Amino acid sequence: MELVLELRGLVKEFPGQRAVDGVSLSLARGGFYSLLGPSGCGKTTTLRMIGGFENPDAGEVVLAGNVVNGLKPYQRDVSTVFQSYALFPHLTALRNVEFGLRERGLKDCTARAMRALEMVRLADKRDRRPSELSGGEKQRVALARSLVLEPKLLLLDEPLAALDPKLRREMRAELKAMQRKTGITFLLVTHDQEEALSLSDYVAVMNKGRIEQFGTPEEVYLRPATKFVAGFLGTMNWFGKTGVRPESTRLSRTGEGLAAKVESSLFLGNCINVNVVLEDGSRVVAAMGLEHNNFHEGEAVWLHWLPSDELHFQ
Amino acid sequence: MALFFLLPLVIVFACSLLTRGDYGGVEQPWTLESYLRILDPLYLAIFWRSLWIATVATALCSLLGFPLALFVARAGKRRNLYLQLVLLPFWTSFLVRTYAWLFILRDTGLVNTVLLRMHLIAGPLPLLYNDGAVLLGLVYNFLPFFVLPVYAALERLDPALAEAAADLGARPWPVLWRVIVPLSAPGIMAGAVLLFIPCLGAYLIPDLLGGGKTVMLGNLVQNQFTTARDWPFGSAASLVLMLLSALVLAGLVRSRVARELL
Repeated sequence: MELVLELRGLVKEFPGQRAVDGVSLSLARGGFYSLLGPSGCGKTTTLRMIGGFENPDAGEVVLAGNVVNGLKPYQRDVSTVFQSYALFPHLTALRNVEFGLRERGLKDCTARAMRALEMVRLADKRDRRPSELSGGEKQRVALARSLVLEPKLLLLDEPLAALDPKLRREMRAELKAMQRKTGITFLLVTHDQEEALSLSDYVAVMNKGRIEQFGTPEEVYLRPATKFVAGFLGTMNWFGKTGVRPESTRLSRTGEGLAAKVESSLFLGNCINVNVVLEDGSRVVAAMGLEHNNFHEGEAVWLHWLPSDELHFQ
Repeated sequence: MALFFLLPLVIVFACSLLTRGDYGGVEQPWTLESYLRILDPLYLAIFWRSLWIATVATALCSLLGFPLALFVARAGKRRNLYLQLVLLPFWTSFLVRTYAWLFILRDTGLVNTVLLRMHLIAGPLPLLYNDGAVLLGLVYNFLPFFVLPVYAALERLDPALAEAAADLGARPWPVLWRVIVPLSAPGIMAGAVLLFIPCLGAYLIPDLLGGGKTVMLGNLVQNQFTTARDWPFGSAASLVLMLLSALVLAGLVRSRVARELL
């Protein structure tokens, strides 16, 4: 397995806080990886240390076998898609894509930039300025501008956060297709668990400057290693130290199980969410099929689940 | 607006079309003679000289002011402190500051005294009463007018743009030339005009630091109203000065429009 990137005990401190607190991570060539966590968990700072915009206080960034600590962004064979896209407003879409090729003194800059624009289906917008492009188009130009350089590693900092929900889902599919097509290793930073789970081959869940779990989307969702991961990925019903996913939580009228009272029943299109209150006042949600859309507010129900669906944490 | 701006302008325009009185003031008949006199090579030279000095002062201010504005914009927490320092000279009178240069530059002034005491020079250097002294005075006094708009333009730039340029492989100089300078161009243009116009009409600085030798347009106008007692010609000269300034402004507006259209 060829490693594109290795992080060895990365630490970054800002006045008054340790933003990144010993992050180690290995990325194999050609994969789609995510750093997932709440805001302030250190994921963006980690990405900026890989890109060369911040210097780690301790630890090493190893790119394709070489320690790159201290190298400037322009000396690193990685490229970043910024959250704000950071397209040059005074240049057309084509000139934006050409920018890096020209800086590297490569030949056929314009032809290569055109091919990259065609890949993101924006060849007809080549002469538009960023201000004349829609959010999704800007996003694709930013992607083309980085991909045209064929970096060893593409860093994406919350690339879909600025898009509206429908466009976000479309761009998600496009990102995945682009990664598979180019074979370039992608490292995505996001706070959106659905985005991380749907796109990635591997997800690193971060909290308070540390990686809590690194694994496939199935692993981190179905077998969360810590209580934080279990709570951050999807919704979790807590019964003390035992967690049960809403889709594993069942309601019945038989009188067996934990007694509860229906608070509300929400129709979500593909399923219904029944919110119930236990006798101790804690709230639990059960996600069920549409055939169960017959629970009424105030109705007495009983909760049950399979022992195999229980998740236990210390 | 009409009272304080248009009325004086109309009076000056009327004066410029009349004949000079023997002891100042203006008399009948109406004539275009004052405007024709501006075409005299002696006066054309003064116009040309003023344009030239204002241009050089603007160029020098740009070279000094842009790096200064960039430095302030990137100073992080100290940004406000540096901004205050740039504005500090405005706390004293323009006249006092210009006189201070007299004491620094004259033959028995600070620079010459120190150099003489150190035996680095045999006699005092001619630092005062030449074009160099006038340029120094102009650059010193009007630099903040350039720095402030450029700083404002730089401060508005998304820092991610410079980072993106570096990320795409641009070294610091190309980042400056290909991204930062073009994107702060409106601020640079505004600063250059704010600088050029007062330099063109400068009167006190060439009078004090240039001695009698470096006559600029402002001095010409002043002389006509005082020693020469030729109000019509002074009025005509000041209107032409205004016209030049207006042309520079119009040029700026047009170039902005042109940039939007491109």
